[in-house]
Amino acid sequence: MKAICFYFQIHQPFRLKHYRFFDIGNDHYYYDDFADDDIITRIAQRSYLPANQMLLDMIKENGKKFKVAFSISGTALEQLEQYVPEFIDSMKELAATGCVEFLSETYAHSLSSLYDPEEFVAQVKAHDQKIHQLFGQKPKVFRNTELIYDDDVAAMVQAMGFKAAITADAKHVLGWRSPNFLYNSASAPKLKLMLKNSKLSDDISFRFSNPEWASYPLTADKYIHWINELPQEEQLVNLFMNYDAFGELQPRESGIFEFMKALPRFAAECDIQFWTPSEVVSKFKPVAELAVPYPMSWTDEARDTSAWLGNTLQQEAVRKLYSIGERVRLCTDRRIKQDWNYLQASDHFFYMSTKHNDDGSVHSHYSPYDSPYTAFTNYMNVLSDFMTRVEEQYPASIDNEELNSLLLTIRNQEQEIEKLHREVEMMRNNIVKDTTGDFPVDEEPVKEPESEPVKEEKPAAKKPAAKKPAAKKPAAKKPAEKKPAAKKAAAKKAK
Amino acid sequence: MKALMFGWEFPPHILGGLGTASYGLTKGMWENGDMDITFVIPKPWGDEPNDFANIIGANSTPIAWRDVNWDYVQTRIGNVMDPQMYFNLRDHIYGDFNYMSTNDLGCIEFSGRYPENLLEEINNYSIVAGVIARTVDCDIIHSHDWLTYPAGIHAKQVTGKPLVIHVHATDFDRSRGNVNPTVFSIEKDGMNNADHIITVSNLTRRTVIEKYGISPDKVTTVHNAVEPLNEELLNLPIPPGKQNKVVTFLGRITMQKGPEYFVEAAAQVLHKVNDVQFVMAGSGDMMDKMIRLAAKRDIADRFHFTGFLKGKQVYEMLKASDVYIMPSVSEPFGISPLEAMQMGVPSIISKQSGCAEILDNVIKIDYWDTNAMADAIYSIIKYPAMYNELRNQGLAEVNQITWDKAGAKVINIYRNLINR
Repeated sequence: MKAICFYFQIHQPFRLKHYRFFDIGNDHYYYDDFADDDIITRIAQRSYLPANQMLLDMIKENGKKFKVAFSISGTALEQLEQYVPEFIDSMKELAATGCVEFLSETYAHSLSSLYDPEEFVAQVKAHDQKIHQLFGQKPKVFRNTELIYDDDVAAMVQAMGFKAAITADAKHVLGWRSPNFLYNSASAPKLKLMLKNSKLSDDISFRFSNPEWASYPLTADKYIHWINELPQEEQLVNLFMNYDAFGELQPRESGIFEFMKALPRFAAECDIQFWTPSEVVSKFKPVAELAVPYPMSWTDEARDTSAWLGNTLQQEAVRKLYSIGERVRLCTDRRIKQDWNYLQASDHFFYMSTKHNDDGSVHSHYSPYDSPYTAFTNYMNVLSDFMTRVEEQYPASIDNEELNSLLLTIRNQEQEIEKLHREVEMMRNNIVKDTTGDFPVDEEPVKEPESEPVKEEKPAAKKPAAKKPAAKKPAAKKPAEKKPAAKKAAAKKAK
Repeated sequence: MKALMFGWEFPPHILGGLGTASYGLTKGMWENGDMDITFVIPKPWGDEPNDFANIIGANSTPIAWRDVNWDYVQTRIGNVMDPQMYFNLRDHIYGDFNYMSTNDLGCIEFSGRYPENLLEEINNYSIVAGVIARTVDCDIIHSHDWLTYPAGIHAKQVTGKPLVIHVHATDFDRSRGNVNPTVFSIEKDGMNNADHIITVSNLTRRTVIEKYGISPDKVTTVHNAVEPLNEELLNLPIPPGKQNKVVTFLGRITMQKGPEYFVEAAAQVLHKVNDVQFVMAGSGDMMDKMIRLAAKRDIADRFHFTGFLKGKQVYEMLKASDVYIMPSVSEPFGISPLEAMQMGVPSIISKQSGCAEILDNVIKIDYWDTNAMADAIYSIIKYPAMYNELRNQGLAEVNQITWDKAGAKVINIYRNLINR
């Protein structure tokens, strides 16, 4: 018995419009909506929608024996909701069959796992929430952006409560070992690892329609035969690919859809089943530990992070971006939050790659820019403007800790006001019930004296509150009306 | 293999890129070994490097018989040529050119520059070429640029050896389309008579094929390269007191080089930032116009003109620069961005330059796209990563562009012609 585990990735970034240095400080809208609309609509029509239909047919035909998993980034979901809502419906239909599992990842398809652990956790949560809201599933298996993985990531992922993570089969990590087993992480032993079988995955997603390939044409018969021929003990074949392999990378006329549809029949003949990652994790036992001291990914020949962080341009841009991470998380402005998400997409850094070999052509194929230098210039101009906006909210002259404590004070007090309000409300109701509404006068004297002490308490209340943000009790005892005072104080500091 | 080359300029006395390229290529071919090169120039000064090529001066080649003795020749032209060579050449005078104005040695005087009577000089050069071709044994003839095409054709007719012409520029580049019919006919004649044509870029190759109607299989591109700079130039000190970023345009201020686009881009950048200075180094017929334009855009306080720079000054200027710009409207190759890269200066070049075909680690823009040019300048001066990446990658890249590789390609072309 062998098992095939299919997982498909869908991701689209919000592309940046041509943003000149004159726009810095003047124009705060960064996106090329036309390009996004154009690209996602085209890919959806040519690939996502027909492929969904294909999967639906396959699941119906094979009586739920055919299962797959999806990993859809938050930004892609947003675009699909906006431009191709019928795809979301079709995905919901797929989800309803119970044969589709959704995986967890970072909302923005970001590199936060390598730079900003706090942001990483926040994004994963945001993404899982989005998946739950749309498809009613709580992801249990984690898949990082572009399958980036190392021991540190493993620890974070395990801490978030995931059972397993999906990653790549980089030669420099695996060595002689085969990806066709379940592994577990060396740094987080409870976290199981599923590795992509690059050869068999890329046979479908990259080589399928290439007539120069020795195994062309690839048939379902032949393909299943290859899997069946694998050594007895290698029971797991992980086929991970971009969803646009169907219909876009491999055009419809290459017969890719028919190839897929024929797979379950031949698989059944050889007793090969289709499992979702969760099933794999629960049914197989890990065979060994895998230590990955340096990050690996599924991209480029090197299978490392050099596609996004290979040159100084990329490093500088990422560093600049995450240097304000803490600040942005303090912000409450929704547009800043949104831009922050969109600017983190790994694609922006991918476009800045200066690799000139075969890998380089892949980079330029996806890039909307004519050179990595233009990509960098444009991104940095946008980032400069974004940083100015964040700066305007919370100037860099106040250090994070101080700002944080001020904000915390405000928030705590807001909560207390809320609580006290409720209390007042409750008491008032009680009074109304008990005395049939005879004491409206009672409330006013409460309010009036409250507004005066505010001014008196302001200087005194500010400092202790800032230094001991966590100390709720002294603050809680003070009257609720301190809210405006604290806010004013914070605002003053901010200016 | 023996090659007879006709050129017009040779370092150190050069007026433009032609001399540098001729020198580099000759040396590069010599480095490949088994090359015996005779290089003819109109007027040698005696300080030309001659360890890898025999230099023959057209102005010391007799075309009319004069009865002079060894010692006299030695005192007259001993500094540029072996007297024995003079007598060898004298033995091969092929006609009576006494009607022409010749000097005491029977030679024609050349200016070696681009004088008013250039066409006459070209014609004289071709007469001299007849004598040289009869004297010097060669397997192949190679003419650099249109000035020497007639000489090459003449030598080919005399010896029957294959002729290669090297197109460093065409009149379409020099005139932005207003072609001089006489020059065109000389160029066209050379191309027709050549057995093979070498162009310095694919851009020039297309011009040769499309504008001159030459069969594509006869035209090959061999991109130019650069000589490594010596330590002294590389280690020039950064001028003291430099505070602002410096953006430099370096070249002739003529229509071909697109100086007005540089001024417009500068105006845009200065509108946004002011800790940057722009320098237009060089001279040319559009200089006054550019000074007026800079004043009109109200940026004259940050926009400087240095006048013509020569020799070491060029490298001092580059050393002080943070960005180099070549917005040429039409540039057959354009060697100066490569020199800027050697000095570690990030470069912005127009897509209409031949060197854009071989360079990756530069910023390429359309010459008319002053917005993109301004964006690129801003990016390099504002984002250190951009500067460093272009600087380091550019250095690594340009150090790979060497003349011996170009030389090997030319030798290969020779072989194919000789064995045909």
